[in-house]
Amino acid sequence: MSSKATEIWTEEEVAKTGATESKIANYTINFGPQHPAAHGVLRLVLELDGEIVERVDPHIGLLHRGTEKLCEYKTYIQSIPYMDRLDYVSPMSMEHSYVLAIEKLLDLEVPIRAQYLRTFFAELTRIKNHLLNIGSHVMDVGAMTPNLWLFELREDIMNFYERASGARMHANYFRPGGVHQDVPLKLLTDIADWLDKRFFGLFDDAISLVADNRIFKQRNVDIGTVSKEDAIAWGFSGPMIRASGIPWDIRKSQPYDVYGRMDFDVPVGTKGDCYDRMMVRVEEVRQSARIMRQCLNEMPEGPVASFDRKVVPPKRAEMKQSMEALIHHFKLYTEGFHVPAGEVYVATESPKGEFGIYIVSDGTNKPYRVKIRPTGFSHLQAMDFMSKGHMLADATAILGAMDIVFGEVRVDR
Amino acid sequence: MARTSAPLVAPREGILDDVKAAIGDAFVEAKHEAFEDSVTVRRESIVDVCRTLRDRFEYQQLMEIAGVDYPQREERFDVVYHLLSLTRNHRIRVRVITDEEKPVPSVTGLWPVAGWLEREVFDLFGVLFDGNEDLRRILTDYGFRGHPLRKDFPLSGYHEMRYSEEEKRVVYEPVRLAQDFRSFDFLSPWEGAEYILPGDEKASPQAPGAPTTAPAGGDKK
Repeated sequence: MSSKATEIWTEEEVAKTGATESKIANYTINFGPQHPAAHGVLRLVLELDGEIVERVDPHIGLLHRGTEKLCEYKTYIQSIPYMDRLDYVSPMSMEHSYVLAIEKLLDLEVPIRAQYLRTFFAELTRIKNHLLNIGSHVMDVGAMTPNLWLFELREDIMNFYERASGARMHANYFRPGGVHQDVPLKLLTDIADWLDKRFFGLFDDAISLVADNRIFKQRNVDIGTVSKEDAIAWGFSGPMIRASGIPWDIRKSQPYDVYGRMDFDVPVGTKGDCYDRMMVRVEEVRQSARIMRQCLNEMPEGPVASFDRKVVPPKRAEMKQSMEALIHHFKLYTEGFHVPAGEVYVATESPKGEFGIYIVSDGTNKPYRVKIRPTGFSHLQAMDFMSKGHMLADATAILGAMDIVFGEVRVDR
Repeated sequence: MARTSAPLVAPREGILDDVKAAIGDAFVEAKHEAFEDSVTVRRESIVDVCRTLRDRFEYQQLMEIAGVDYPQREERFDVVYHLLSLTRNHRIRVRVITDEEKPVPSVTGLWPVAGWLEREVFDLFGVLFDGNEDLRRILTDYGFRGHPLRKDFPLSGYHEMRYSEEEKRVVYEPVRLAQDFRSFDFLSPWEGAEYILPGDEKASPQAPGAPTTAPAGGDKK
């Protein structure tokens, strides 16, 4: 891509026009913090040569909420709602890493139905996340309709969320030792019907509008190309590393919960451009639906939380009958449980990539340190080299295909 | 065998011994805990250790740099690097120890992603990284002072901001809490809480000269 006027016009040609040579300084513009394509409160300081991006300096601190500091002042269970609010587009996936980290420190066994439920809802969350990302990405590059259709589906998922956990977004559903409560059979059958009858109709229609669309391809193919080497060196994960052609998926390579029993494919891209990233996500949605169907077929009956009463509180009905249950309930909701001293780093495949939680425990009822490894932080850092030499308008496409949610990057840690 | 359903990683046999042999003098300590391998190394040689781990032991990716603050220690900060091997499917944790003044050599030469990760640790803990050319604050406000994740930094911070209708701009003011910050301590006194419970101070021997009432019927011997 040529940027300098002199590359198009030879110096003699320029001289013939009679124009005198003048130096044009690069200029700097400010993108955000409030901008509809910034996906949150992102501020980009862009240095431009004409319309060509020379340098990008993201300022990401504008949504810093101090989650990590807050976690140090709360018992383990009190911090779960903070996890929902990290990446508010895929709340349950954030909880997933956190509860798995606590379980790893406690070496706590989780009943099989709870593992299925968590896998099932983690995949529902992946679909929820990708619907928003695909929709807003195509809107960033100029297509309006798919976004509206995909939001329609997202609304359905919010309703399922509400029926499972009581909250449309910030579910607070996973717990160390299982999930908070069982779901009614009707909810599972309704989700199965939704997958069979409603979901793919709308989803495939929406994707068919953009996947082979000439304008959409012009805006995405060969934009923001990332090689395999770059993807590794810049700490990419999730759809970003897969789009660059590296078949790395934590669900496959380091299976947690019941992912080891699931049969699914890991899509990879060939060129590592924005179009690949988008299409990897489209395929992941289909694979997620496959995993959800397997979960529905195989999910056994049984308890949904561990019976270790030193970690998981008893149900309210039990409290009315049993003195011991009452004591456990009281202790767990005031003091909380103690976690053995030690440190763990647990990473799961969240919809955006590797979402890790590093907990340092000193043996008390509160974590000594919680470090959140956000996915978008590493990806956003690569914004500079990915945008270099592209047009200003491509910066939005690159940003959209990165799947950035500021709650998580700025991590609101 | 782990009972948890956390991500399953096959152990890499003998990795800690191999790393110890490969890095020589830089080695301080290694442990295998909670199914994870971690190694502590000397601060000055972190770059060489990381290069060895990346090139010889196939830990290609740097996923995370975390700071941990232990104010009671002489060198109060841990800087913890989490490395991931895509080919061997294994993770390892590398730790160095430092304080507010002694800089840690930057690993930006090995992994460009370290740039922001180090900026974050610098911002939140005040750990210096020697060789990181862009060591600006990253998460906190423009003009912020202090390092919020240090243990001696209060949860509420020192300043709060609001939009002032009179001045038509955002103003910064010292934090004023309408009620005291309530930090409940739920540690059970039966499990060795290190403070005197309200009322327990009465159980201590009385100070000399404190007024005592004569016990009832004390004069009848």
